Amino acid sequence: MTALKPVNQKAWFLILPVFLCVAFSAILPLMTVVNYSVQDIISPERRVFVGTEWFTAIMRDEELHQALLRQIGYSLAVLLVELPLGVMLALAMPSQGWRTSAVLVIVSLSLLIPWNVVGTIWQIFGRTDIGLMGAALQDLGVDYSYTGNAAHAWLTVLLMDVWHWTPLVALLGYAGLRSIPDAYYQAAAIDGASKFDVFRYVQLPKMRGVLMIAVLLRFMDSFMIYTEPFVLTGGGPGNATTFLSQYLTQKAVGQFDLGPAAAFSLIYFLIILLLCFILYNWMQRVGTQDKEGIHE
Amino acid sequence: MARIELDLAHAYRPNPTHDSDYALLPLKMCFEDGGAYALLGPSGCGKTTLLNIMSGLLAPSQGKVMFDGKDVTRATPQQRNIAQVFQFPVVYDTMTVAENLAFPLRNRHLPAAQIAKRVGEIAEMLDMSGQLNQRAAGLAADAKQKISLGRGLVRPDVSAVLFDEPLTVIDPHLKWQLRRKLKQIHHELKLTLIYVTHDQVEALTFAQRVVVMTRGRAVQVGTAADLFDHPGHTFVGHFIGSPGMNFIPAQVQSGQLQLAGCLLPLTHGLPDGAVTLGLRPEYVTLAQANAGGAVPARIRLVQDVGTHTLVSAQFADHVIKARLPLGLALVSEQEVWLQLINDHTCFYRDEVLLP
Amino acid sequence: MQLALEGISKTAGPETWLYNMSLAPAAGAVTVLLGATQSGKTSLMRIMAGLDVPQSGHVLVDGHDVTGMPVRQRNVAMVYQQFINYPSLKVRDNIASPLKLRGETGIEARVQQLAQKLHIEPFLDRYPAELSGGQQQRVALARALAKNAPLMLLDEPLVNLDYKLREELREELSNLFASQDSTVIYATTEPGEALLMGGYTAVLDAGELLQYGPTAEVFHYPDTLRVARAFSDPPMNLVQAHWRDGAVALADTQTLPVSLPLQTSADLTLGLRAADLHTRCDAADVALKGVVELAEISGSDTFVHVTTPMGGLVAQLTGVHYFDLGSPITLYFDPRRLYVFGADGVRLLAPSKDTLEGRHGAH
Repeated sequence: MTALKPVNQKAWFLILPVFLCVAFSAILPLMTVVNYSVQDIISPERRVFVGTEWFTAIMRDEELHQALLRQIGYSLAVLLVELPLGVMLALAMPSQGWRTSAVLVIVSLSLLIPWNVVGTIWQIFGRTDIGLMGAALQDLGVDYSYTGNAAHAWLTVLLMDVWHWTPLVALLGYAGLRSIPDAYYQAAAIDGASKFDVFRYVQLPKMRGVLMIAVLLRFMDSFMIYTEPFVLTGGGPGNATTFLSQYLTQKAVGQFDLGPAAAFSLIYFLIILLLCFILYNWMQRVGTQDKEGIHE
Repeated sequence: MARIELDLAHAYRPNPTHDSDYALLPLKMCFEDGGAYALLGPSGCGKTTLLNIMSGLLAPSQGKVMFDGKDVTRATPQQRNIAQVFQFPVVYDTMTVAENLAFPLRNRHLPAAQIAKRVGEIAEMLDMSGQLNQRAAGLAADAKQKISLGRGLVRPDVSAVLFDEPLTVIDPHLKWQLRRKLKQIHHELKLTLIYVTHDQVEALTFAQRVVVMTRGRAVQVGTAADLFDHPGHTFVGHFIGSPGMNFIPAQVQSGQLQLAGCLLPLTHGLPDGAVTLGLRPEYVTLAQANAGGAVPARIRLVQDVGTHTLVSAQFADHVIKARLPLGLALVSEQEVWLQLINDHTCFYRDEVLLP
Repeated sequence: MQLALEGISKTAGPETWLYNMSLAPAAGAVTVLLGATQSGKTSLMRIMAGLDVPQSGHVLVDGHDVTGMPVRQRNVAMVYQQFINYPSLKVRDNIASPLKLRGETGIEARVQQLAQKLHIEPFLDRYPAELSGGQQQRVALARALAKNAPLMLLDEPLVNLDYKLREELREELSNLFASQDSTVIYATTEPGEALLMGGYTAVLDAGELLQYGPTAEVFHYPDTLRVARAFSDPPMNLVQAHWRDGAVALADTQTLPVSLPLQTSADLTLGLRAADLHTRCDAADVALKGVVELAEISGSDTFVHVTTPMGGLVAQLTGVHYFDLGSPITLYFDPRRLYVFGADGVRLLAPSKDTLEGRHGAH
């Protein structure tokens, strides 16, 4: 007896075009980068194989360490502000009626703006001569200058990111809240729980899944942030707001040091991959703990 | 522990005109202190609505709810001091079992020693003493339902515990353990317990008195024996019992019953006119040919149901079901006589039992 | 159509869902797959339908091997427990969909006829979401019947409905199946439902096929202890006993006058159905003393759970009886109604039909 061939072999042919596209646009360039990272590219024609020299140099590069620290600080600051703010916004959003759609649209507006436009908006917003915020702060007596003062530059970049991305956290949190059955609120009311207790024991635990996705997304995105701070401050004043990706670009494009830049971008890629992996595993573990209770 | 009195109706619209505008037709009911009651009926009959009105999660569009003589119609569940167990387990995932049970007491600011003692007592009663320090999130569905129940019982002055189809997500073999537990708790604590279900076994096992509801109306309130032997309404006869009561339309004329061409004697007087004869399959027996009160029928189906035989027989245009012992040699197409008039026969006019 | 499964097994990674089994459901009749959840009913149905390929073995339809053939090419209709209908199509179009796919004529008349059979005529122009659970399931059934497939598979179709609705639909289904000649496979976890559906029953437990035969026969003559456990409602009372000096001895030292045709082991398990325990003593009955744990009233019967020195027992008494929790009680049974299983679980003795007489009436 010969069993008939199962149908799903054909599926491989269907994904071949996609596979080729991905190969061209992702795998080949990645291989090129790996190639560059072990060579010294003195000029387009002259290349010397240097092995792991660039990698060791990077490990010792002081400027890189500082950029890395700045980046980590920035990502943590972003999470610390955006998560609580997003959750509070989600709690305040209405759940029924026409107001729901209106609020959802308004909240999502900032997510739709192209990123370099965001940078430009804030650049103008913060100018002391024509910008609303800059001028207002000036009137209040604050000597505000995001081009001259490093702390002001930091805060402005942070504020811009919060304005831009908190709605994402809010929308995710809102979705999480809507999935909580009414019975939980009713039971909490019957138990005599205060509003804060309800938040702490019912809403927050049930939102855990979506909040973890929010943490993952925001951390990754902020770790790779480039366009907005570049447009706003160009990395300055000095290198106060030069985060990792900016540093990398300066190296590669500005100084045409393709070798070290390639090596560095590989390390950058691996760092992000590692962080992603850790966060994802943590999410999965907590996810299964949640599910255990349901499938008994 | 409280005595609950209801005198209300609940309509979907502000000015109800037809019966269909009402979720709950006007009713007057009293649940005694310490009694175990069940609200039994098919989906959409209004039993959950009634439960929510009693617990305070819903306010009736007209009428009032009284707890121990006090009007609590507009009071919240908290103010009424009731406990509710829902269809699916509601536990605080981040807390342990002990913390879950202690939560309602902590919110009332009772001293910690008293809380610990009470939690211990209730955990003992629910056979959960060994799991007090486990996280509630990782437990099985029946354990979580016990926690939900425990949170209600832990308050010493809880007025009533309301159950909304609580065994829906429980595995069948665990169901009877939980049912037994509920009966024991009632025995020990003597709380007012009200249980909503569509499963007659759950209702009849659990409750001292069962309220049978259909389409927003409570058609009968009674004990299991009452509902089985004297169903006051054809719906009760149909809903309780598996299979339900046999109903055959008939005419009463000068002391005799006319049933599709057969004339049957009546054991007691009934007013003339159209009636419906109701007899449970458990009380239909085989009779001798032409016996008084028996009718001829042709057997259509004989089913061996393990412990008894279920016989479906055709009498004129009606199918009569009879529950007969095993071992009788009955076959399809056989002609038999079925005794329809006996002590258990009920007569209904306009769906209501005639005395 | 004659469906035959030969030497079928199904594994998924390290787990075995179905152990090697062969089954040939009677053609044109109803075969009930009875088993607890996770016993393999759904896996078996999927293999019958062609949704899954077995790890080993063949599936034969009327003698032709169709093991690898995908379900689209087989003529099978399936009904699920979750009321599956096309949500964007009206009821009318739902029922008509298999007919349209085959390009048949006279669709309107057929839809009307099926809707009438299943009592959903008033809902033909509504969407499934507007109907109640029972009505949605009737639409799914109508669609399955429209296909007029020689093989119909129903996977616990009534489990999500109210118990009374379940009773009504079950009866309608029995009538529907009797009036057509497809082979019907019906999966359920309730022994009572299997008995009411009649036909044939295949008992499954933990992925193994234990017994197949006419339903009443499998019920009254279970081959092994496992089958007796799986196919009884309420659960069969099981008591340990010993074969000593040519008689069966119970734990409370009573001996029972039971003759065994062959004696293979000293350790025996005695089985007694709940309905064979009574509170009234007839001649030659054996008495068991115990304490009432719980009384479950289901309207027509009372199930009394009693603790005895030999373990917990359940007695099924006709009618409504009230018992106080913890009160003493004596149960009686006729020793001719006993089942005897050997130490290996194989049935040694089953009560014969003539022992049923003489016990009519109230208990």
